[in-house]
Amino acid sequence: MAARDAIVIGAGIVGAACAAELAHAGLRVTLLEQAQPGTDATAAGMGHIVVMDDSPAQLALTHLSRQLWDNLAPSLPDTVEFDRCGTLWIAQDEEEMAEVHRKHATYGAAGVETEILDAAGLHAAEPNLAAGLAGGLLVPGDAVLYPPVAARFLVERAVASSAKFLADTPVASAQNHTVTLRDGSSLHADVIVNAAGASAGQLTPGLPIRKRKGHLVITDRYPGFCRHQLIELGYLKSAHSVSADSVAFNLQPRRTGQMLLGSSRQYTDESSAVDGRIVQAMIERAEHYAPGIGALSALRIWTGFRAATPDKLPLIGPSLADASVWLATGHEGLGITTSLATARLLADQLLGRPSPIAAEPYLPARFENAQKTGAHD
Amino acid sequence: MTRSFDIVVVGAGPAGIAAACAAAEQGRRVALLDDNPAPGGQIWRGPSTAHRDAVSRAKERWLHRLQQNPAITSLHGCRVFDVPGDGLLAAEQNGQRVDLRYSKVVLATGARELFLPFPGWTLPGVYGAGGLQAMVKAGLPVRDQRVVVAGSGPLLLAVAAYLRETGARVSAVCEQASWRSLLRFGASIAHTSRLWQAAGYRWRTRGTPFHAGCWPVAAHGGKTLESVTLSNGTRQWTVPCDLLACGFHLVPNTELASLLGCTLQQGFVTVDALQQTLIANVFCAGEPTGIGGLELSLAEGEVAGLAAAGAIRAAQARIPRRDRLRAFAAQLAVTFALRQELHSLSKADTIVCRCEDVTWRTVSQYTGWRAAKLQTRCGMGPCQGRICGSALNFLLEWSPDSVRPPIFPVSIASLAGPTASAPAELSAIQEN
Ligand SMILES: Cc1cc2nc3c(=O)[nH]c(=O)nc-3n(C[C@H](O)[C@H](O)[C@H](O)COP(=O)(O)OP(=O)(O)OC[C@H]3O[C@@H](n4cnc5c(N)ncnc54)[C@H](O)[C@@H]3O)c2cc1C
Ligand SMILES: Cc1cc2nc3c(=O)[nH]c(=O)nc-3n(C[C@H](O)[C@H](O)[C@H](O)COP(=O)(O)OP(=O)(O)OC[C@H]3O[C@@H](n4cnc5c(N)ncnc54)[C@H](O)[C@@H]3O)c2cc1C
Repeated sequence: MAARDAIVIGAGIVGAACAAELAHAGLRVTLLEQAQPGTDATAAGMGHIVVMDDSPAQLALTHLSRQLWDNLAPSLPDTVEFDRCGTLWIAQDEEEMAEVHRKHATYGAAGVETEILDAAGLHAAEPNLAAGLAGGLLVPGDAVLYPPVAARFLVERAVASSAKFLADTPVASAQNHTVTLRDGSSLHADVIVNAAGASAGQLTPGLPIRKRKGHLVITDRYPGFCRHQLIELGYLKSAHSVSADSVAFNLQPRRTGQMLLGSSRQYTDESSAVDGRIVQAMIERAEHYAPGIGALSALRIWTGFRAATPDKLPLIGPSLADASVWLATGHEGLGITTSLATARLLADQLLGRPSPIAAEPYLPARFENAQKTGAHD
Repeated sequence: MTRSFDIVVVGAGPAGIAAACAAAEQGRRVALLDDNPAPGGQIWRGPSTAHRDAVSRAKERWLHRLQQNPAITSLHGCRVFDVPGDGLLAAEQNGQRVDLRYSKVVLATGARELFLPFPGWTLPGVYGAGGLQAMVKAGLPVRDQRVVVAGSGPLLLAVAAYLRETGARVSAVCEQASWRSLLRFGASIAHTSRLWQAAGYRWRTRGTPFHAGCWPVAAHGGKTLESVTLSNGTRQWTVPCDLLACGFHLVPNTELASLLGCTLQQGFVTVDALQQTLIANVFCAGEPTGIGGLELSLAEGEVAGLAAAGAIRAAQARIPRRDRLRAFAAQLAVTFALRQELHSLSKADTIVCRCEDVTWRTVSQYTGWRAAKLQTRCGMGPCQGRICGSALNFLLEWSPDSVRPPIFPVSIASLAGPTASAPAELSAIQEN
């Protein structure tokens, strides 16, 4: 039976996108947020809308998401700062150039436009990069946006489609069609969508999600210091190895002219405090690629937590234990990008509509065996 | 570079100078650092004027005491921006990172002016009250300029007197506090030298109208300031002027204290009788513990410096005098409490955040500081919300966000660390 009403928990970008999509599809939606829209991981994210090909499923999801952002782009208010600046993957040496060629082929096969740059092309595209880099891969269709405002925009869209939005409303529990608020009152619906980000496991126990901490540094305004979102290709190796702490060079030009510098990944640290050791490693990495960056003035550092799953893919679909509770979480470092495709897949499943891509790789059921044996970690 | 000292004093205003001298005179090795090019803080900034009063005499006495003490290392143009570890401060000096290791630290970071946004407050020609004074001390010519001094606090008269002496034509001094509060205050300080100081300032500004219960509601002008509209609650009138010096008393600089984990109560750092905060080895003196003016800052600085040096008896001996001065500080807070009407100073189009051009209309839609910051960028610019955050703390009663390093903008190179780290450390983190 198709659902008629839904409660979405969490107004991060994922919950906001789900609420907007479900409300647009005609469901009666209530969106519950313990604080204000987009103030948790969504506020911490870089807002890079990026196609990634760590796995075929990741490529399918990010590619669909980017198309959905493109469709939405004309309706986005200026304050979302959507900017199709493109991604530039940087290769240090011939080994990484081989990766450029591999990526070029994979993206091409999927219909994603890319362009290979040699050393001179890289230098022309980004004069502030270090000399001696081998080249890079330009992905012109990737974009950057400002996530907290995008999340709020999606909440407003949901509300415009008659969804009810309650901010400052923490949920205490969610099971068997019933959501109990921390104030003791309860709400009922055909489906409950748990989009509580890294906290989703508090409402749905046993999720294979770990918090993965990240640091970012934002500078004063230096328009043109870089023009594309820059990522070192070593990122693939460091970001996706699931164990130790890692840093990688990742520099984003904000539409304000500010530079946003990332990034780090840590599993062990659950405190939101800034870790000077990590910041130092991040900056040293950045100075290696963009030697002039040391002179830029840094305004703020912040940290945030990615909700990481063992296979680096999100959980989209019904939870294992309770058919009334659906999941939309576990987006690791890609939830800004994949929020829209997540909402789409979720709505398609709930309404029995066909989806543009296969939903199976993201179903929570894929962890069923692991969860039974507790072996997923 | 990392330098080690027994005691590090942050802030070389009166409180910091007194703390450094008191500690060094007990035989401790002291560093006194300040982000200004010379010691003196706000009140003793720049060269002395011709007028020799109690303030300039105290300045000479203390600067002399400071300079002749070889146990004090003064670090000028040196700004603390982070606390990278236990007993360690990170500072930037001449674009270089310097780390300071301490056994005890005294925070004497002073206060800044409170600015409340009203229509026209961003026009060239509108300054803070202490801000304009500082600009003049740094060389801004004001001879024959027409100046209105407005806002709140004892600083207004001091600034008006200074501006008159430097040749400006001060056309009015407007204090938002009522005559009734001021007279009660006058009576309460009648037995102290304070009244004489106030009277002295008033004498030096004789001929300038002093309005109590009066505040600015708008500044006007094309490219630069031409006039200011004042209100007393029942009537509004407009005064032509070239400069407006306007500040609504002071807010303490508590960011470093917060970063060190000190407890704050109602915006001020909590300290015990010996100026020690709730964090071991961290002392605090001067305006961050309560806005009390020069003499209290000096008294607190001495107690803090002596206590940090372990001279507990000597510190205790100075407690009674400090406590008398604190009673005066409490009076100040009551007298110059901001009136209700100021809550409506900002109009829809008034820019609240100058760094990011955010208007009152935009920011006042939100229910709290964090959401407003994230959605509008209010407070996200180079001043890190020091100006608009303090204003919104008053206007909308929004409590400030948690304090994160860097507490001042700093170069990325300085953020990275005092020296290039050992490569081994990096490779431990780097996987590829
Ligand atoms: C440093 C860093 C950089 C990143 N960079 C990028 C990037 O460039 N591109 C990209 O695509 N992604 C990026 N990400 C990832 C992205 O930020 C996240 O994947 C995404 O924001 C997740 O959104 P979310 O809605 O699932 O979670 P959140 O934004 O955390 O939202 C969850 C919401 O649920 C609410 N909530 C939690 N519990 C309850 C409860 N009990 N009751 C009610 N409400 C509750 C929370 O208050 C919160 O608002 C980055 C992440 C980090 C940390
Ligand atoms: C702009 C202004 C002008 C004033 N003018 C007068 C006046 O003319 N007459 C009068 O009676 N009172 C004046 N006051 C009031 C005056 O502040 C106090 O009476 C007295 O100076 C307070 O002394 P203090 O040592 O507590 O703080 P301050 O004098 O404020 O000294 C604090 C010092 O610490 C420095 N500092 C702060 N944080 C850091 C950091 N992280 N790193 C390095 N250095 C740091 C500051 O730059 C400052 O130099 C003024 C206040 C202000 C804000």
